[in-house]
Amino acid sequence: MRKRRVRTRVSSTTRHVFMILAVVVSLYPVLWMVVSSLRPDGHIFNNPSLVLNTFDTSNYTHGWNALGRPFGVYLLNSAIVVLGAVTGNLITCAMAAYAFARLRFRFQRPAFAAMLMTIMLPIHVVVVPQYVIFAHLHMVNSFWPLILPKFFATDAFFIFLMVQFIRGLPRELDEAARIDGAGHWRIFGQILLPLMTPALATTAIFTFLWTWNDFFSQLIYLTDPNLYTVPVALRSFIDAQGKSSYGSMFAMSVVSIVPLLLLFAFGQKYLIRGIATTGGK
Amino acid sequence: MSLAELQRAARRTPKVAAKPDTHDNKAALQFLGPWIIGFFGLTLGPMLASLVLSFTDYNLLQNAKFVGLDNFAHMLTDTRLHQSIKVTFTYVLVGVPSQLLVALFLALVLDRGVRGLTFYRSAFYLPSLLGSSVAIAVLWRLVFGGQGLFNDILGWFGVSAATSWIADPSTALSTIILLHVWTFGSPMIIFLAGLRQIPREYYEAASCDGATIWRQFRHITLPLLTPIIFFNLVLAIIGSFQAFTQAFIVSNGTGGPTDSTLFYTLYLYQQGFGQFRMGYASALAWLLVVIVGALTAVNFWASKFWVHYDD
Repeated sequence: MRKRRVRTRVSSTTRHVFMILAVVVSLYPVLWMVVSSLRPDGHIFNNPSLVLNTFDTSNYTHGWNALGRPFGVYLLNSAIVVLGAVTGNLITCAMAAYAFARLRFRFQRPAFAAMLMTIMLPIHVVVVPQYVIFAHLHMVNSFWPLILPKFFATDAFFIFLMVQFIRGLPRELDEAARIDGAGHWRIFGQILLPLMTPALATTAIFTFLWTWNDFFSQLIYLTDPNLYTVPVALRSFIDAQGKSSYGSMFAMSVVSIVPLLLLFAFGQKYLIRGIATTGGK
Repeated sequence: MSLAELQRAARRTPKVAAKPDTHDNKAALQFLGPWIIGFFGLTLGPMLASLVLSFTDYNLLQNAKFVGLDNFAHMLTDTRLHQSIKVTFTYVLVGVPSQLLVALFLALVLDRGVRGLTFYRSAFYLPSLLGSSVAIAVLWRLVFGGQGLFNDILGWFGVSAATSWIADPSTALSTIILLHVWTFGSPMIIFLAGLRQIPREYYEAASCDGATIWRQFRHITLPLLTPIIFFNLVLAIIGSFQAFTQAFIVSNGTGGPTDSTLFYTLYLYQQGFGQFRMGYASALAWLLVVIVGALTAVNFWASKFWVHYDD
């Protein structure tokens, strides 16, 4: 009996040690990036330790103004695109989800199937014609191509997420409201939406995450440097700086992930639950 | 009554059931309106347009010129395309299983009961959250560069290396694969959720019968996990085939050195938005859909041999 207890205690300790090591190895690159951004330029390389001898914020002041405009402009641009995307997704995906989950209409089944199929569709097969459409509408060098599609429920993943959620809400609520004379919009807006806050939160958070990090679309549509969003601006750091001033690049990289870290800190519950239940990234 | 008579009788019966199926048509149009416009105008329409474009030569400035199967014929001799397919397949075939194995392993360790599970789960998820960002790709460039963190750490173990791993054609792709493996947190969370659903009684019963941990894993855990492994596998393959940001940043848009990191989507981007050969890019996009679709279909077909569903 005693032998077994010792064995499990030992293996539990090894497990702990192993896990802590794994976390350290896993997070080391990120920690090193943060620490390096606070070291003067010359001290960044050949300096793999996480020990901070100096607390030098010059990289941040240099990096902030290193590109054509103050980095805040790019943060604001990203914020605008993200805000538009989140708003669009919340409104139109919830509406579509209500239709799929609560209404009965012609072509419902094929429409639902079509919606599901678009979840896995590679965007590259629509990006060229979409670009042509926006080019003809003279919207190419603007935020419109990045925001407008979200107002047409093109992120079907969230429609699916919300449909699953609504299906878990008892229909009796709808019925009760209908008996009181409520039409579909009242039922949707006053009964269901308030109950859907977890699904809405998950949608908002994942839209934020994916849009903030979206490099491909923003690279394609934003050619005016004043309109650059954070990913595109960071990329031009590689071009602009070349060999010099890695410190500035690190500093601005850290700045660019701060919103994600905040999202992580406050939205963890929804992020992890969202992934566990639906497999989103 | 014969079958034909029965059918005739059924047809003659008024279809009372049809009405409830369509009485929300008007409301559906209102709620589904934006999606309908989006589906036809931004998805289906462009898909068909892109199919048409793949038979043309189009550079956005002049009108599209019909060239028949020229784009597809060109694909057969386009060595850069073949290279990009090779690179992407390597990335998917090496990176996806590696990432899932790490995710599964750590999920198993965590599931056995470690204090601070939520801490570890969040800590491992963070790289996944940041992993698709330009910032991390930029960091990766510098970690694996000549004077990078990786070489310094190798120095701790007595290995002196000064090579730039991202500038060496034989290792550049590996650094990107490593980046993908590093983001194992997301599938790990899914595995954890799946492991939690396996009833503890199974393990208890097995260990009463004297089964070792390994045997418990092989005969209880693994079979019951196969649906989730399958799910993760399908999603990971579809997703990683479209990887772009990491390849672009690490190679600075070139796909180099010597096209060793020329991912498929990067090549597509170069053709369509670098050289504005939009007809060819459309053809490439459709080829991507076909490849991903075929891989998914193969995955589903193969699943009947190894995925156990709880019936």
